[in-house]
Amino acid sequence: MYVAVKGGERAIENAHRLLAHERRGDRDVPEVSLSQISEQLSLGVDRVMTEGSLYDRELAALAIKQARGDMIEAIFLVRAFRATLPRFGATEPVDTGAMRVRRRISSTFKDVPGGQILGPTFDYTHRLLDPQLAEGFSPEAPALGEASTAATPRVTDILGRDGLIEPSPVADAGTPVGDLTREPLSFPADRDLRLQNLARADEGFLLALGYSSQRGYGRNHPFAGEIRFGEVEVEFVAEDAGFAVPLGAIAMTECQMVNQFKGSATEAPCFTRGYGLAFGQSERKTMSMALVDRSLHARDLGEEVTAPAQDEEFVMSHSDNVQATGFVEHLKLPHYVDFQSELGLLRKLRKEFSEATEAPPMQEAAE
Amino acid sequence: MAVTESSKQAQRKAVMAVLAHSEPSEISDHLNTIALPAHENLREPENGLVMVRGRIGGDGAAFNLGEATVSRAAVRLSTGEVGFGYTLGRDGEKARMIALCDAMVQSQEFAGLVEAKVIAPLRAAISAKRNRKAAEAAATRVDFYTLVRGEG
Repeated sequence: MYVAVKGGERAIENAHRLLAHERRGDRDVPEVSLSQISEQLSLGVDRVMTEGSLYDRELAALAIKQARGDMIEAIFLVRAFRATLPRFGATEPVDTGAMRVRRRISSTFKDVPGGQILGPTFDYTHRLLDPQLAEGFSPEAPALGEASTAATPRVTDILGRDGLIEPSPVADAGTPVGDLTREPLSFPADRDLRLQNLARADEGFLLALGYSSQRGYGRNHPFAGEIRFGEVEVEFVAEDAGFAVPLGAIAMTECQMVNQFKGSATEAPCFTRGYGLAFGQSERKTMSMALVDRSLHARDLGEEVTAPAQDEEFVMSHSDNVQATGFVEHLKLPHYVDFQSELGLLRKLRKEFSEATEAPPMQEAAE
Repeated sequence: MAVTESSKQAQRKAVMAVLAHSEPSEISDHLNTIALPAHENLREPENGLVMVRGRIGGDGAAFNLGEATVSRAAVRLSTGEVGFGYTLGRDGEKARMIALCDAMVQSQEFAGLVEAKVIAPLRAAISAKRNRKAAEAAATRVDFYTLVRGEG
C-alpha cells in the first residue's frame, strides 16, 4: 500500500524541469529531430511501434526523443497515446504472401522460389566498430540489380502443398477475433490471443524464452523456414464508402519457424510450426516470437508442458514490458506506512525471540 | 449494371491506393494544377485508429497484430458526388484531399482531369520508387554456384 503524501509538488515540478534540461543535453550540440530519429535510428522506431502496438513512425520517434532513448519508457508513452484516439475498426487481414519483399531468406531451401534476398542486414558484417561513421559519412548509393517478376511464395505454403507441414488454423466465421486490449486475459488462451500478446511482448523477454527452448527447456527443434521483411498493403472496410478502402502500406517482418514432426496413429507425421509477425524490420523479435509461439503450441499438440516457454499463463502474464515496468517501478513510490508496520512487527518478533531464548538482546542494527 | 458498378468501385479503389501512397505535398501540388469544383466537407477530417490484423501462419485465421493511426474525411461536390478519404497516419488534410479526388473521380466532368493531372503523375512516381527499391533488393539476391570438381 502507498498513501498520498503532501508536500512534494514543488520538488516534482523542479525535477521535471531538470529532466527537460538534461534531456536536451549540452545546448551547444544541435537538437535531434524526429525525422533524424525516424530515418537514422529506424530499428529503434520499429521496436517502439511493435511493442507500443501502434504503427506511426513519427509518434514513435517523438516517444524515443521524449524518453531520452529509454525504449520501455517510449513504448509506455505510445501505449498511453493510443488510448486518446477512437478506434474506427479492424483492417482486413494483411496478405504477407503479396509483400513487396526487401529481404527474404530461408535456411531450409537454398533454391527457394523467388530467391534468397539478403536486403539491408547486419548478417555477415564483422561487428567491428566503424570509425568512419563517427566522422560524418556519406555511403555509396546502393547497387541495383535486375528485379525479378517471379512470385515469392511463403516457404510454409510450399511445404503445405505436399501436406508436409501442419496447416494453419482456419478462420471460424462465428468466432470473433480475440482482442486483449478489450477483454482481460483468461486461460487457456487461444492462438489469436497468444499471438497478439507475443506481438506486443518485450523483445528481450521473448529472446530469452526462445533461447531457453533452444537450450533444452521444452526443446522443439526449429529451422528458420523463412524470414521476410517488406511492405504489405492494408485495407479497411469503411462503412461509409461501402467497400474495402486502401489505407496505404505498412512495413512488416514475418518469421516462419518449421519444427519437428507430429503424427499419430491416424495422421501422417508432418512438420509443426511457429509464427512471428511485427511492425517494421524486427527480425530478432519475430524469430523469438515464432519460437515461443511454437512452444506455447505444446498443449494443442498434446506435448508435455514442462518448461517456462511452454507455460502460456507464465509467458503471457509476464511478457508485457509496460505492465512489468509499472509493477516493478511502483516500488519507488512511498511505502512509508507499510514499511513502518513491518518494522514494528519485526521489532516485536525479535523481542519475543530474545525473551524465549533468554539470551541477552542482540544489538539493534542501524535503521 | 453490377459489372459497371464493380468496375467503378475498382477504379475508385485504385485511385485511393495511389493517393494513400503519396506524400500530402505531392497531392496538393498536383491538385493545384486544376480548377477544383465547388465542394464542402461532409465529414471534417478526423484522426483515429484501426486494429491491423494478420493471419496465423500467414494464411490462417485472423489475429490482432497492433493498431495504426488513420485519418479520414468525406467531401461532397456541389453536383452531389460524395467522396471518402482514408489514409494511414494523422494528416487530416491528406484524407480530405483523397476524399475530394474520390468525389471527382465519380463525376463525369472531372474524372478524366483528375486521372490525367493528379493520379497519373503520382502513379508514375510511386512506380519509379517501387522499381528502384525492387532493384536495390534484387542486387542483394544470392546467386548460388557450385564449384565443379573432377576432370573437365
